[in-house]
Amino acid sequence: MIRAAAAAMALLAACSDARSGDTIRKPLPDDAKQTGTAFLQPETRALQEDDFANPGFLWIDRGKALFTEAAGQSKACSACHGEAASELAGAAAHYPQIDAASGELVNLEGRINLCRTRHQALEPLAYESGELLALTAYVANLSRGMPVSVDVSGAAAPYYEKGRDYFFTRRGQFNLACNQCHNENWGRKLRGDTISQGHGNAFPAYRLEWQSLGSLHRRLSDCDAGVRAEPYRLGSDIYTAVELYLAKRAEGLPVETPGVRR
Amino acid sequence: MATIRISAPGTARKGEVIELKALIQHPMETGYRRGSRGEEIARNIITRFECRYNGEVVFASDFQPGIAANPFLSFFTRASVSGTLDFTWTGEHGESWSQSHTLTVE
Repeated sequence: MIRAAAAAMALLAACSDARSGDTIRKPLPDDAKQTGTAFLQPETRALQEDDFANPGFLWIDRGKALFTEAAGQSKACSACHGEAASELAGAAAHYPQIDAASGELVNLEGRINLCRTRHQALEPLAYESGELLALTAYVANLSRGMPVSVDVSGAAAPYYEKGRDYFFTRRGQFNLACNQCHNENWGRKLRGDTISQGHGNAFPAYRLEWQSLGSLHRRLSDCDAGVRAEPYRLGSDIYTAVELYLAKRAEGLPVETPGVRR
Repeated sequence: MATIRISAPGTARKGEVIELKALIQHPMETGYRRGSRGEEIARNIITRFECRYNGEVVFASDFQPGIAANPFLSFFTRASVSGTLDFTWTGEHGESWSQSHTLTVE
């Protein structure tokens, strides 16, 4: 009888913990924040830091060419932003952000596609297509070394909440939430790899597993598949909201595009 | 059009050993993988790489399906006379990609 009562008390205590939320949703402490590069093997790290051998630069070279090339009747990106795109240096560090015209959250890929439809009279590029990855990597690389800093106030607040909810929600057959690996067990081993803190500051990044450059959404989709959850569509609102939460969480870390990851 | 990156010095002293690096964007599809619907993904690889220094082959390599995507090569040659270095990759379906580099020997 006493034992049953104790069990009931314990259950009650557990429930109230879950309700209060913040005791479970422990954020990553600021002084522990480390970029994903810190968790790489020395060889992979050397590949990322060599601006010739880093295969991500293949996409950046292509992005640079696409940036100055006028497709069909439309004007090139460089017609507004300049050949060297120097005004875009630092821009990528502030994405995702709210698009003033529509009031919706857009990431860098979304912004490039909005530019195409609004100012260049072009069709939006498919998410994860070679061209969109190339342009995104080129523009993100212009901000390399600058600290990630996003605005999560005002219209961005609901997206931020949604992204944070996603981060702390268990999903899939493995019933795992992002925070269980990336907040609570980073630095430890999982399947022969070191668990990183899950920052997106090096994306689009070249993953050796993909043998290709890929977006942060593709990485999120892979994580979802890894815990045996149904992944969302690349470019979906929910992944963009998660991207915003991750950017806020990574605030202050330098943009490292193009990263090299396992 | 595949993206190519070449790293080679513009000038070199006569007799100097120079490092040449070449990177090309290519999927190097092995032919052993299947797509999300179980369909076979056709093999598509580069089979040969050659570097010619004024027409003479100074480095060549036969590629097999085990070579990773976006192959990166680094090799050395001795600078003798001013001229061009031609880097050529040939695909298994006969397609080829190339880029030249001008080397001045002092």
